[in-house]
Amino acid sequence: MKSNTQLLAQVTEFIGYEADLLDHKGYQDWLSLWTEKGLYIVPTDLDETDYLNTVNLALDDADMRRMRVARLENGESVSANSVGYTVRMMSRIRVLEAGDDVVIARCAMTLNELRHGKLVTYPANVEYTLKPVDGGFKLDRKVVKLLHADGFLRTVSFIF
Amino acid sequence: MSDLIDMKDVDAVCIGQRAADMVDDENGRVKKALYSDTEIFEEEQDLVFNKNWIFVGHESEVPEKGSFKTAWIGRHPVIMSRDRKMNIHVLQNRCRHRGATVCEGRKGKTNAFTCPYHGWGYGLDGSLRALPKPEEYDNVFNKEEMPLESLRWESYQGMVFATFNNDIEPLEEFLGGAKKWIDLFMKQGGGYPVKVLGEHRFNFPGNWKIQLENTTDAYHFPIVHKSFVTSLDDATADIFDFLDGEGFVEDLGNGHSVMVMIPQLVDLEADLEQPIPERFSELAQALRDEGKNEDEVKKLVRAAHGTGFNLNLFPNVSCSMAFFRVLRPVSVNETEIQHVALGGEGAPSAFNQKRMRLHEHFQGPMGFGTPDDGEAWERVQKGSMAGEDGWILVNRGMTKLRTSEDGNPQGAVCSETGMRGAYRKYKQVMSAAANAEEK
Repeated sequence: MKSNTQLLAQVTEFIGYEADLLDHKGYQDWLSLWTEKGLYIVPTDLDETDYLNTVNLALDDADMRRMRVARLENGESVSANSVGYTVRMMSRIRVLEAGDDVVIARCAMTLNELRHGKLVTYPANVEYTLKPVDGGFKLDRKVVKLLHADGFLRTVSFIF
Repeated sequence: MSDLIDMKDVDAVCIGQRAADMVDDENGRVKKALYSDTEIFEEEQDLVFNKNWIFVGHESEVPEKGSFKTAWIGRHPVIMSRDRKMNIHVLQNRCRHRGATVCEGRKGKTNAFTCPYHGWGYGLDGSLRALPKPEEYDNVFNKEEMPLESLRWESYQGMVFATFNNDIEPLEEFLGGAKKWIDLFMKQGGGYPVKVLGEHRFNFPGNWKIQLENTTDAYHFPIVHKSFVTSLDDATADIFDFLDGEGFVEDLGNGHSVMVMIPQLVDLEADLEQPIPERFSELAQALRDEGKNEDEVKKLVRAAHGTGFNLNLFPNVSCSMAFFRVLRPVSVNETEIQHVALGGEGAPSAFNQKRMRLHEHFQGPMGFGTPDDGEAWERVQKGSMAGEDGWILVNRGMTKLRTSEDGNPQGAVCSETGMRGAYRKYKQVMSAAANAEEK
């Protein structure tokens, strides 16, 4: 078991790296961060944890992640072509569980999107389940709990 | 007093007629100002949303005693509740005392609706049960006179519609030719009663009629949804390549219309002898593992797609392939949409899970389809502001109509037959002749 300070630094580095990839549309590198069975989840119901038996905004396995990225990159989606940039701030990072096989962390995110010249803001809690590998991590589960998940959202053509 | 003309009503009739005149039925076009005229929008709230049957929910959303969901009729917040005798009620969400909402949240279970302001407590049927210090109302009013105001409601195949118009025809008469299609739509429970599984919610900066038009617009599909089609396997992509197929759009009357994109998926209980498509082999195996026999497996797999048609019901709901689309006008240039996912009550979990995953794939704010629709609609609202005056064209296919087996006008799948039907109804409900009589 590593010291908490060292682990927190590693987790923070990973979360920062992933956020940077997504803001700069480094989607192929982002795909390689995942375990094969990993799930990317954006729920509609913040009280729900049985995601497979619930309607989510997104519940992506490896195939769906690959297709989502292809859709954003292939130039065929008019909404993806209209997305300007996103800038996300990740903070309040806390390690909730520090096992040898799995590390669970939670943080706050504020994502800002410029859309047709207007700023749209998405505050969220984000939960990461990380698998330690070769001195780094693979992403096994990422749950993005938008503060207004059950409200009427603007449509989203980027990755949280 | 009776000789005096109420000027407010005269204004309203004039504005309604102005909107009606903007629909050029003969040439299949409407004035673009219908998307942005605020006076007309205000009048639509009364003439379209208060005077017609408005979808508020599905009976499965209030499954038990004490279940409720909140909804809207136009801009009116309402509650759909299930009382202790399992009767459904549609109530205005407004305390009779000082007007606060008595119920918040999307859905839930409760014993009573209690106003947070002064503690007036209402039963699930809306009756006023108790209030603090009632003696101060002695000889002022009786509790029986102050229930939550109840709306007339009727349902068809579990779809609950309510109205502020007590003189409107019965729901089934209003639905008319659409009933046959609702019956077909409800076969997608795969032998189980259709049930709401959850929903997506999103908004777009545009007028509600832009969404109303879209439900029977096949013409946009291969353009706007190219990125969705690319994400599919070849066999599924072929199914969605329907513009040159045998599909059609039929005007069902009363503003309702159906667009059949995939004729082989109109009746989900037919053609059950077909082999199971490769893309559903995993689902089929999961159903066998849950103990389903081969006939049941085939029925469930065929239903998993949803139907091959979109049924548009004027003015606020559609039965679209596998989900309900519900629209709500917020302002002249803002509309809120719900995409309600459906499955089978008591159906195998593998079936309902598949339905939810298919829903997430296309629908909602993060689906592979909805964001591109939203982008197109936003651009319609923005672009329609160009120029002092101008037309929106809905005349596609209008000279190539035939008569359907039910005696309705029918055009090609990518015709704008459904939109013209909706605007014809709109013209009728907005017209002075229709409203002068009442006023």
